[in-house]
Amino acid sequence: MKEVILIKNGELALKGLNRRTFEDMLMANMRRRLADLGKFTFTPAQSTIVVEGPEDADLDEATDRLLKIFGIAGLSRAAAVEKDMDVILSVCPEYTAPLLLGARTFKVEAKRSDKKFPLNSPQICMAAGEKLLNEFPHLTVDVHNPDVIINIEVRDKCAFIHGNQLKGAGGMPSGSAGKAALLVSGGIDSPVAGWMMAKRGVELIAVHFASPPYTSERAEQKVHNLLKQVSKYSGRITLFVVPFTEIQELIKDNCPEDVFTVVMRRMMMRISQIIAQKEGCAALITGESVGQVASQTMQAIACTDAVADMPVFRPLIGMDKDEVIAISRKIETFEISIQPYEDCCTVFTPKHPKTRPTVSFIESAESCVDWEGPIKRAVEDTRIIPIKAF
Amino acid sequence: MTAYLDNSATTPVCPQAVDAVTAAVRDYWGNPSSLHAKGIEADGILADARETIARRLFCRPDEIYFTSGGTESNNLALRGAAHAMRRRGRRIVTTNVEHPSVDETLKQLEKEGFEVIRLPVDSTGRINERDLFRAVTPDTILISLMAVNNETGTIQPIEQARLAARRNGSPAIIHCDAVQAFGKLPLKPAALGIDMMTISSHKVHGPKGVGALYIRKGVKINPLVFGGSQEDKIRPGTQPMPAIAGFGAAVKAIPNISEELENVTWLRNYMCMRLSALDGVVLNSPPDALPYVTNISVLGINSEPMLNFLSARGIYVSSGSACAKGHSSPVLKSMGLSEERRKSPLRISFSRFTTKEEIDMLVDGIAAGQKAIRKNK
Repeated sequence: MKEVILIKNGELALKGLNRRTFEDMLMANMRRRLADLGKFTFTPAQSTIVVEGPEDADLDEATDRLLKIFGIAGLSRAAAVEKDMDVILSVCPEYTAPLLLGARTFKVEAKRSDKKFPLNSPQICMAAGEKLLNEFPHLTVDVHNPDVIINIEVRDKCAFIHGNQLKGAGGMPSGSAGKAALLVSGGIDSPVAGWMMAKRGVELIAVHFASPPYTSERAEQKVHNLLKQVSKYSGRITLFVVPFTEIQELIKDNCPEDVFTVVMRRMMMRISQIIAQKEGCAALITGESVGQVASQTMQAIACTDAVADMPVFRPLIGMDKDEVIAISRKIETFEISIQPYEDCCTVFTPKHPKTRPTVSFIESAESCVDWEGPIKRAVEDTRIIPIKAF
Repeated sequence: MTAYLDNSATTPVCPQAVDAVTAAVRDYWGNPSSLHAKGIEADGILADARETIARRLFCRPDEIYFTSGGTESNNLALRGAAHAMRRRGRRIVTTNVEHPSVDETLKQLEKEGFEVIRLPVDSTGRINERDLFRAVTPDTILISLMAVNNETGTIQPIEQARLAARRNGSPAIIHCDAVQAFGKLPLKPAALGIDMMTISSHKVHGPKGVGALYIRKGVKINPLVFGGSQEDKIRPGTQPMPAIAGFGAAVKAIPNISEELENVTWLRNYMCMRLSALDGVVLNSPPDALPYVTNISVLGINSEPMLNFLSARGIYVSSGSACAKGHSSPVLKSMGLSEERRKSPLRISFSRFTTKEEIDMLVDGIAAGQKAIRKNK
């Protein structure tokens, strides 16, 4: 007997002629994520991918990592055995014991894609059910609402025995939808926004604005930690750290106080867009939500949007803060986000920001400075940091 | 070159302590409670360290109890004394500028039914002796005063606690958190009328993870944890020998305290003179503060950007409180300082290794920061 992991690739199975491309991406993502755990092989078979590791592989860790990869609807740990009913019956009780010892009711489900196998599916169920009832006298069969379902799949090369299926991260394989640039400050929202887009198959790069000495090295370290956590789901992320002090000081010195934040966000958009285009991204991603703060009113968003030539995705736009927090807790970025370091968005916050700015007003407010040089310098001095969870 | 001027947060470990720690880790790894030669050898190191520290406090070696550091010593002293004395009263007198390891422990005791009186401080950060005498009643069981404030260097009149207790007929145990004072001021708990005194290794160029509590012979307190008979059952558990050996060596290496105090006073005065040439820099520490700790405000410039600015130039100071934004220092607030001053404090803390060059770097750094950093409103 050898233990393997069976991957069910939910939504992908619905794809038509592209399905193979999506599957290849998913397998490449899985291979990368498990690379440091040893040499794993991935074999697609109908709507399942069989993941096999080396003899001494840490399958617990592998399972944990695979559960975070987008494009996987569910997965199960399975025993792969010879296609022989005697072998199946001898392995089945031993392999499923940890599950069945904690259950009161069970049923067996069988699938037989190899029609040459001497027993048909109901016969396999009967034989295995009887064997398990004998081995575990405390169990009763319940075909409608069992505590545990034991699956036996007889396939081309071997048979698989497995218990309950674990729910995967869902979504689409990373990279299958193209690449986008996430604006990340260090707060609660941006990692969640990045995670949501990664779920739909978007490969991420990240842009962070650092304003030393107003922001500290710890604030940037916090962004590294946040992205490291997000990359457990999205796959590797390249982080671009933009030096933003000069621009922020120019805004502070030259623009009316009540529009600081909107002007600043427009600068962030412009710079992010330049980086995004260079990196072959098709969109920007932000963690904005309507009405959350003064710079996220519809009018203010219209002002920031006005400088963007590419689509700006705001997956949190209609969410409440507590809904965002619930996700950030789930993906374990919350505890990192709430560390109290000043970030680029809180430097020079006006006391009474304008909540209903118009594009023409903002344009005239920022016209007093020639931004081309400062923006060019910021882009040129940007540091590039690869972020990888494993 | 760097200028490390945050010695109230922690100090660099002195070479003598490094050697002692290394030797203990490598050679003297025996359990000091073991009966065989390996244990006796380790016990010898433990006894040496205990004696060195006792000599500094002019007390007996068996009055020194090793702990994991200042926080544990304060917890042990306050909880241990309050619970040992709970049948004689419920009142505890302290100040409102104590370190969190005292303040939070007392908050916990409040939840357990003790009454805690926190004496206010004046604009220099010092309590009023008359307030102290009024606050202590016959049912006061514990008085806890810090010797030197960690943010401003203000020296408290700790010797008054015993007098206040005696005059009011109180049986109180007197505790003193002397973490910032030990090794910098001559301290003689017996002469000051102090029953328990907290000290810490890493503030005097020793390793982290070890401290001690002085408990005067005859004072009985309850332990916090239970186990073997180490540290007279007041703090059971096998002693961390390498850390204790380092602590002992660091204390042994402290030179003449009053000579050092003179040097550091000169350095402090030099710094204040240079700072007074800068516009918008005000002194928050009183003139009679311990010269090792100086608190200033750079008006109009929040602490965090100034700290980052200085840090980028290799100059290390602190804002005096945990760096959490929006949490301005409760100590400075208690002193009645304006909001403007409370937003922009810097704590500069010296050690006996601090040099004039480091102070020049700092003052030049602050002046450059004042020019470069945009003011808050």
